[in-house]
Amino acid sequence: MKIIDEFDRRSYRNVWTVSECAGGDIHPVSYELLGKARELAAAGGCEVWTVVLGSGFSEHLDALYAYGADVIVAVDDARMRAFNDELECHVLERLVEKYRPEIVLCAATSRGRALIPRLASRIHTGLTADCTGLAIDPDSGNLLQTRPAFGGNIMATIKCTDYRPQMATVRPKVMPMPSPEPGRTGRLIRESILASDTLNIKEILQTVERREPTVNLSEARIIVAGGRAMKGPDGFRLLEAFAKQLGGAVGASRAAVDNGWIAYPHQIGQTGATVQTDVYIACGISGQIQHLVGMQSCKTIVAIDIDDTTPMMKLADVSVKGDLFEIIPELIKELNKGGSL
Amino acid sequence: MRIVVCVKQVPATTDAKIDPETKRIVREGTKAILNPFDLYAVEEALRIRERCGGEVVALSMGPENAKNVLVEALSMGADRAVLLSGRGFAGSDTWATSYALAKAIERIGGAELIICGKQAVDGDTAQVGPGIAAKLDIMQAANVSSVDDICPDSITVSRMNETGYDVLKLRFPALITVLKDINVPRIPTLRNARKARAAEIAVWSPEDIGAEPDKIGLNASPTRVVKTEPPAVRAGASVRICAAPSEAAKALTEELFRRGLIRADVREESV
Repeated sequence: MKIIDEFDRRSYRNVWTVSECAGGDIHPVSYELLGKARELAAAGGCEVWTVVLGSGFSEHLDALYAYGADVIVAVDDARMRAFNDELECHVLERLVEKYRPEIVLCAATSRGRALIPRLASRIHTGLTADCTGLAIDPDSGNLLQTRPAFGGNIMATIKCTDYRPQMATVRPKVMPMPSPEPGRTGRLIRESILASDTLNIKEILQTVERREPTVNLSEARIIVAGGRAMKGPDGFRLLEAFAKQLGGAVGASRAAVDNGWIAYPHQIGQTGATVQTDVYIACGISGQIQHLVGMQSCKTIVAIDIDDTTPMMKLADVSVKGDLFEIIPELIKELNKGGSL
Repeated sequence: MRIVVCVKQVPATTDAKIDPETKRIVREGTKAILNPFDLYAVEEALRIRERCGGEVVALSMGPENAKNVLVEALSMGADRAVLLSGRGFAGSDTWATSYALAKAIERIGGAELIICGKQAVDGDTAQVGPGIAAKLDIMQAANVSSVDDICPDSITVSRMNETGYDVLKLRFPALITVLKDINVPRIPTLRNARKARAAEIAVWSPEDIGAEPDKIGLNASPTRVVKTEPPAVRAGASVRICAAPSEAAKALTEELFRRGLIRADVREESV
């Protein structure tokens, strides 16, 4: 909403996070958001509020306080078991208008990236996607939002000075997980779904869980990704074993997916997923720009390839020259001796 | 039924360069392409038209030369194309872009279905699709990996998420954003490509779509880019390992341990 004057500006207070709840569980990124929110609230001298929309999450309220919430706004309703964009947007819109937060942070999960732009569009305010840096500008008090653009080729800092709330999304694993403070407590506000919230909402016919941790790229701390040099589906079975040993997920270049060696949800790059993991191990990926834009923001990049002249081998923090089909089994053996990433 | 497919002209990523002096993106002289995800949006629109009849309208906003991406949509088989162009639209962020596209869809006469690509590869925000749905107050599904059923008044789709997928039934009018998984885009025939180049593309100004002046362009855009800079430079391959496989594996494991990427306690147990 556009700010009319200074009085109006001051009427927006506190840092909000939207905690993501699925099947009664709180997504870990919600705690990462609370950690960042605490930092921003300390700089702005205000409270941290978190909104939980879902069903059957009451056992997790203490954890939300422990990780930094001063106030929890809870909407606990069976109709929110699965993600319904329109319903959640209607409810959030009412809550934002009622309590007027100054900042709203949300996870850049598939759910957050669908819900929050809808909300920002409804209430006419700014939204910055996939922020990697968030800080309060000491001069103006505005939120400085830094994000990679053009596939990570530039970092842009964005401000939203004349509209409130200032909204940003953050991908999982980008902000550090804060240490919880056991016994920390706060206020609980319960809100409900109104009849008007349920107008013109879609029907959710079915929810299907794949339940393979090795495919969940966005939540992995480590990704083992394979390219053309993995030669076929058997190569990816080797990567799968390697990833399991590391507790990571398996990624792939477009070439591998287009050849049918592995399914599309594993694809990383311009037409696949963008990832920002702690560790990225590229196995036989030459590193065309279309792939690099999806992973070059990862913290530590390891490349393994027989050809050490490829862009990926040059970009990597650690490069290993050699035959993948000999080195990876050795790595699995080495890690099996003791060690997980 | 009418399907509007929203497409965007983006710089070919390989050409994205930063001026070392101004730290801004150099757009002049860079090659522009149709946003890769939008190919799948156009293809899906055509497939639905082939099943259900009706028309496919390609819609874009951008400078005059963004007509090129509309020609591409026409050559694939879209029935007509509309470009929003004019000074009033300049400087639009995702909020103002969503507003302008929603107004244009109303001017087109509305649509049962609006299809967008998952996101544009230049901004990577994925905000405009849901933004349009919000402005029109219609149902939405982002990250659609398949269209499972179409009825006269609704569409059933699978929406991919991190742990699986949901099957959703959306009543028309509705908006979906699609993934690469959804189809294999057709290659335009020579005849269609020629026809598309000759086709007239409607160019609409803010006045043409009845846009309120304070809701378009830079003035209506809540966000401002205040700084752009190159990302922190990577040191490059600071560690190069080249040894026999077992030695290389040991060296890499040691290196990851040294960097704190392997938990020390687990390592110590193994020693």
